[in-house]
Amino acid sequence: MKQSIRARAIVAVAALAALAPALAQQKSTSDGIAEYRKMLEDGNPAELFEMKGQELWSQKRGPKNASLEQCDLGKGKGVVKGAFVELPRFFADTGKVMDLESRLVHCMATLQGFDAAEIAKTPFGRGEMANVTALATWIATESRGLRFNLSQAHAEEKKSYEIGKRVFYFRAGPMDFNCASCHSTANIRIRLQDLPDLTKNPGDGIGFAAWPAYRVSNGQMWGMQLRLNDCFRQMRFPYPGFGSDITVALATYMGVNAKGAQSIAPAIKR
Amino acid sequence: MSKKTVLIPLAAVSAAVLLAACASGPEPGAAASAALDAEANRLIVAAFRDQGIAKADRIKQDLGQSACSSDKEPSEAVADRITAEAKASVKWPTGGAYIGDWREGERIAQNGRGLTWTDTSTATSANGGSCYNCHQISKEEVSYGTIGPSLYNYGKNRGVQDITAPTAAPIIQYTWQKIWNSKTYNACSNMPRFGHMGILDEKQIAHVMALLLDPNSPVNK
Repeated sequence: MKQSIRARAIVAVAALAALAPALAQQKSTSDGIAEYRKMLEDGNPAELFEMKGQELWSQKRGPKNASLEQCDLGKGKGVVKGAFVELPRFFADTGKVMDLESRLVHCMATLQGFDAAEIAKTPFGRGEMANVTALATWIATESRGLRFNLSQAHAEEKKSYEIGKRVFYFRAGPMDFNCASCHSTANIRIRLQDLPDLTKNPGDGIGFAAWPAYRVSNGQMWGMQLRLNDCFRQMRFPYPGFGSDITVALATYMGVNAKGAQSIAPAIKR
Repeated sequence: MSKKTVLIPLAAVSAAVLLAACASGPEPGAAASAALDAEANRLIVAAFRDQGIAKADRIKQDLGQSACSSDKEPSEAVADRITAEAKASVKWPTGGAYIGDWREGERIAQNGRGLTWTDTSTATSANGGSCYNCHQISKEEVSYGTIGPSLYNYGKNRGVQDITAPTAAPIIQYTWQKIWNSKTYNACSNMPRFGHMGILDEKQIAHVMALLLDPNSPVNK
């Protein structure tokens, strides 16, 4: 028995040796990227968005000249710490499951008097939409290191998960893609980019647990809404509405699947 | 209007919870699942809008898409229908021009552009094949994806030494079918249907064919 294992090990080592040049090349590329990310973490520009978000939270703004300090993110009015890792969740006051960004827009409308539909229509990175992203970055940062723990206690939360799962597998468009095309298998890549398996917990700080994130390649801060929006763009889908039920449902699906994953947001991405 | 449409899925979910308690897994029962399917479809229609060349009607599904939109495979009968329809849909190249220029093919394989709402042209010439996103192809390109199998030595491994030889015809025709409509061989293939969906035209596909099958292509060195 022992010998046969040893024999197999020798065969395996020989096979590995034959593959070594190819593996070494791959390894060095992904190692290089990891190293690059590590270097960038020392000065993650997301900090600028965090600071802006923190200021926006307590600043009196909008037609009602009010702050967001009375905003209930799910853990009671004004409670920020720990709220992010429990979102999306059901909110009794709206009768809906909401994610962080749609809840922020709701608070900006009800507390500060902003027009929610107008914000939802604003392109990412502009005007009040940029403020939503900054607020989301700060709120996520306040849960950094905590583990995702979304509730599935309410019927609407269960429904949101089930709808999200269906959206995740919905194939359409000229390329027949769905989220599962890239995100239902472990250890695969698109070009050199690792693809997390989002049908289960892909690990601490991976997938759902890595956003909001600062994108080095385009110098932008992305919340989950923009992350999903750009996935749909690359899937050759039409344009998903900001905060639409299906984007929230997708976040519920990924968030519930990521139960126990540690949030590293705000992360830094290539 | 909204009250009624909200009530139905809520009832469906309660039914799902009850059924789940009896069933072995946490999955909703068949009736509840069908109600959730309908609700998901309604919400998808409501969520998407036109943006540039990406029109909202892109979410309309054909059978090959709708039958492959869950974590379960379609029934054998449905899968057979999809593959049969795919096979019948394949358009063969005019004048039997299966094999183009592998250099052009490499450019198309590298090119991941086209058909997103940030692209501006709907002409096939504006589209790439995005092949390297998912496949290893030539050995020189190390930035390749692993969603699909490696295609390095594709023609060589299949014994293609002369693309004009009659013995090469079956693999050439198979490859053309696979690229034109990947559902010919696998109802729920992850690969786009490049010819069938108008992503690439005949000439572009012939160039990609050359990249894979021409013995002079770096893929077969």
